[in-house]
Amino acid sequence: MADDALTVTLQQKGPIPLDLTLSCAAGDVLALVGPSGSGKSTILRSIAGLYRPEVGRVSVGASTWLDTSRRIDWPPYRRRVGLVFQNYALFPHMTALANVAAALGHLPRQERSRRAGELLELVHLADLHRRRPAELSGGQQQRVAVARALARDPDVLLLDEPFSAVDRVTRQRLYGELRELSRAFPIPILVVTHDFDEAARVANRMCLLDRGRILQTGTPRDVLARPASVQAARLVDLRNVFEARILSQDGPLTILDWNGRTLQAARSEAHQAGAKVAWAIAGTQVLLSRTDLDQADSQPNRFSATIRDLVHLSESLAVTVVLDGPDAPVLSMTLPAHYARRTGLGPGSVVTVALMPEGIHVMTAEGEGPSDCG
Amino acid sequence: MDWVAFSLSIKLGLVTVAVLLPVGVFVGRWLAYARFSGKGFVEAALALPLVLPPTVVGYYLLVSVGGATPIGQAWAATFGHNLVFSFEGLVLASVIVNLPFAIQPAQRAFEAIAPEIREAAAVSGLSPWSVLRRIELPLAWQGILMGLVLTFAHTLGEFGVVLMVGGSIPGETKTVAIAIYDRVQAFDTASAGIMAATLLVMSLATLGLIYRLSSQVGRRHG
Repeated sequence: MADDALTVTLQQKGPIPLDLTLSCAAGDVLALVGPSGSGKSTILRSIAGLYRPEVGRVSVGASTWLDTSRRIDWPPYRRRVGLVFQNYALFPHMTALANVAAALGHLPRQERSRRAGELLELVHLADLHRRRPAELSGGQQQRVAVARALARDPDVLLLDEPFSAVDRVTRQRLYGELRELSRAFPIPILVVTHDFDEAARVANRMCLLDRGRILQTGTPRDVLARPASVQAARLVDLRNVFEARILSQDGPLTILDWNGRTLQAARSEAHQAGAKVAWAIAGTQVLLSRTDLDQADSQPNRFSATIRDLVHLSESLAVTVVLDGPDAPVLSMTLPAHYARRTGLGPGSVVTVALMPEGIHVMTAEGEGPSDCG
Repeated sequence: MDWVAFSLSIKLGLVTVAVLLPVGVFVGRWLAYARFSGKGFVEAALALPLVLPPTVVGYYLLVSVGGATPIGQAWAATFGHNLVFSFEGLVLASVIVNLPFAIQPAQRAFEAIAPEIREAAAVSGLSPWSVLRRIELPLAWQGILMGLVLTFAHTLGEFGVVLMVGGSIPGETKTVAIAIYDRVQAFDTASAGIMAATLLVMSLATLGLIYRLSSQVGRRHG
């Protein structure tokens, strides 16, 4: 791990339960994702020194900001941390320039204004120096907040739901700007969000949190498509989670028995033949066609089904189908928006679904009880 | 017009304001941000002068710092005169009676600052003292000033406690409110009328200033 990486260990029983260790290398953008109450914001506040956990250690490079076992607890103003608050928390009585300059206390007085101007230019606000926060739009306020957070020349940059208060179009632009920033400032960057899509867009690593614990850490793509557990799969809103039994391992494939259906999945080494497992498939890995099962021999995992529901979204089509069989499992998938128009599909249409073997992700089954999915 | 009484009232008002400025800022800020058990009791105790008759406050001052009490005797031994029936005694009474007027508006003004603003200041590297000077005071000054203006106006009009603790010694404890009472007792309604009108105009002007300030505070934090 690089010398200037951030490492955080936090433990407490309440009021906000925490039990986790995480690290973020310089140049990485780590997204902390989880439902409300999972402790995301508390982690940021503990790093910044605004919250004191019962037991904890926070260090960046060689400096230790918090170590409860050694009674080290630096106050926020001594920790070199940039924090962008959810509602930006700009100083309402100061201009944009003064807001940024306020965080430049480490520079000689005569240099602060020049440096603040440079930072505002960096976030594309060069011509709005003299405006007060109330005279700026949400997106502009967010940029001032980012410039102010960077002004301290921080060792760590923390962003608490930074995109929640701006409109969708502005958000798309800010995603790009954050990625640029992470290249320009190679320090550990932590972004709190509850939006998986957002995490995938801005971060190269992702921590899935639930009730103060880390369920999974990895690239956003991995965490979203290959959840480590059924619990993680539910949190990332993976809807197609089912139970099955492993029949055999066959070369590059694992063969599953799914309530009498035979499924081919990408090989999963972790489980023995006969083991009860859970499996999941992303909606994008399910193919749908009108044709009958005539190609059943050439393509694996093809099943007959009936369309239950079909919802037009802005750029895609959300479809749920019920597979034939006594267990009548429900599969959700997303298709291109034009698909239904072209094929004339609608609720009640009989279709064939194909599950891509490489999209089937096998996990340990949850507890002893039956799955409540599907 | 009793100019001696009038200037004494102004002087008493200014000294009271000078004493209560730091008290209002620090106690108001403390009550706004501190969390401790018994806070409600402290707030209630500080608000007492609002509801107690001034004579009750005056009575307790007399029995706690009067000439026969240990505090009163220590004062007399140090300064050569009694604390009660002196200007200093008047200042003490005035400060106590005006505690809620100075503290409460300041407390409300500090409370109106969003916690994230203060946290953002700390995270921006500002020490607690800098946060107070550069963030909190500029955002709360209207509330603090409002408390001081209210204190000044209230001091000019204070009667009961001044009479109890100060008596009516010309040039020492005879304020304009007491002078009016004196003039009326002496059937000098003309002098009483001029002084009463002066107080009326001054009070109206101060209250106008307070309403102006409070509407600005509302706009800023609303």
